[in-house]
Amino acid sequence: MADPTDDDKPHPTPREQQVADNLHVDASDPHESPANPENRIGIDRRAADDENREQILANAPEAIIGPTTPQRTRKTTARRVARNVVEVKSTGHSWDGIEEYDHPLPRWWLWTFYATIIWSVGYVLAYPAIPLINSATQGLLGHSVRSEVAGEIQRFEEANAPIATRLASVELEQIGQDPELLNYASNAGGAIFRTFCAQCHGSGAQGSSGYPNLLDNEWLWGGTMEEIHTTVLHGIRDPLDPDTRYSEMPRFGTDQMLDDQQIDQVVHHVLAISGNPHDAALAAEGEVIFVDNCSACHMEDGTGDQFQGAPDLTDAVWLYGADGQADPATIRRIVHDGPFGVMPSWTDRLTESEIRAVATYVHGLGGGE
Amino acid sequence: MALLDHHKIIEKNATLLLVFSFLIVTIGGLVQITPLFYLENTIEEVEGVRPYTPLELTGRDIYVREGCYTCHSQMIRPMRDEVERYGHYSLAAESMYDHPFQWGSKRTGPDLARVGGRYSDEWHVDHLVNPQAVVPESIMPGYGFLRERMIAPTHMSSRLTADVRVGVPYTEEMVAEARADFLAQANPDLDPSGLEERYPGAQQRNFDRQPGISEMDALVAYLQVLGTMVDFSTFEPDPQR
Repeated sequence: MADPTDDDKPHPTPREQQVADNLHVDASDPHESPANPENRIGIDRRAADDENREQILANAPEAIIGPTTPQRTRKTTARRVARNVVEVKSTGHSWDGIEEYDHPLPRWWLWTFYATIIWSVGYVLAYPAIPLINSATQGLLGHSVRSEVAGEIQRFEEANAPIATRLASVELEQIGQDPELLNYASNAGGAIFRTFCAQCHGSGAQGSSGYPNLLDNEWLWGGTMEEIHTTVLHGIRDPLDPDTRYSEMPRFGTDQMLDDQQIDQVVHHVLAISGNPHDAALAAEGEVIFVDNCSACHMEDGTGDQFQGAPDLTDAVWLYGADGQADPATIRRIVHDGPFGVMPSWTDRLTESEIRAVATYVHGLGGGE
Repeated sequence: MALLDHHKIIEKNATLLLVFSFLIVTIGGLVQITPLFYLENTIEEVEGVRPYTPLELTGRDIYVREGCYTCHSQMIRPMRDEVERYGHYSLAAESMYDHPFQWGSKRTGPDLARVGGRYSDEWHVDHLVNPQAVVPESIMPGYGFLRERMIAPTHMSSRLTADVRVGVPYTEEMVAEARADFLAQANPDLDPSGLEERYPGAQQRNFDRQPGISEMDALVAYLQVLGTMVDFSTFEPDPQR
């Protein structure tokens, strides 16, 4: 906005004229008039200054204006008692014209406060509270967090008891025949899987490098209900379970059973039998080494042996390696270092019916035999 | 209300207000804290809880150093959902040798009070190196450097002595053999009998499956012992506590 000139003189309304008179400014001067919106801040400040001046004078220290006048009071209206004007005393404290009044606490607040005190008396009697010489008071309700949680767990156990007992007692092969049992087992098993198994096998059972995919038809230790049940029950290479499934691939490189060149050759043989790009000359050499060193577990043709948890090396499924693809560097590492995948035993953590439920769920994921 | 009028005296004297506030807080504190030291039912005796082995203790120090407690609690509350997910609720006695305890106050990650034995060592190593490799949904940062940092039990006896000073019952023999126990637990080729005798149930393995003892070995050893000391198949907690 351009600077106001004398040409556009302000035309104050009666209200603006009144404000100008109160503040002793010239309503017709464009630089002062309340009619000009650009002067609003200045007008406000002038009004505030006038107000402050009055307040400071009213509360000036005794040294300046002599003995104090009687304490000021403020008029407020109590909401409940309509139009009943209550005089609120000042505390006598005043800073820069800001005065502190001695308001009583709001009634609703005060009564709520008293109610909490009364409530606490009942609470102390009802719940464990006051420490005495040997023990604390136990409370009239006999409340105990431990028995509460035990009771709640028991309530759910009892609700599931009939079907859980049946699940734990029927033949494993029978679970799939009974729709009610199958429905319960797959749902309960799914919940258990997501709680305990998903960390390794993935929330969708897709697995990751070193942790088998449970969706496909390839099984390291067998994919029948019986085999899956045993695997969940005792785990694989679990150092704490004497009945665990066990086999150990030698560390051919680390323990110097094969030299680097031999490892290269055997890696190319594995690439050859699985239909991947390879060096035919190395692979031919590698076949001899494979038969001598690897065939006891992986079989001469490399198809593996589920009794020993030895994977089939001729298919397109790879336990180790990114994206489940054949990767010469990873195969080399596995032959050199020897893999030692461990699955914990779940005997102590899950009940028989829970183990059967999760076995049913895994069996039903698509690859169950 | 003449008594209430005296309150003004306190309000107008900052020092007096401070002294009385301190007095009130002291009384409140004494009433709440003192009984915990003598009441029978706050001191639950639990069988199986033993002090950490030197290697586990080192792993625990790494756990504290890396600030694991800022995201992971070690305290399963007595509620059905927590018990179903994490296992038996935590007992006070299970953290009696923790200085300081690792109960935590916030769970960004899951509770770790009973993580011991739940996953394989290999999983712990894979997961610590790159959490997203095994749990794609995870937001945990990687700790792969732990594998490269080799450690030696140089000050192990002093470390145990420090815990003895705050009340952990390490025997003189434990303190004297701290170095040997540290080395024995991480090396399956060494004789574990001494370690077993002093720390029942101590697991002896090469936790990270690479030569030497790294911080990874210590941390995994610690994680694998968490919550495994009490045998809940034989222990029945008193329901009235």
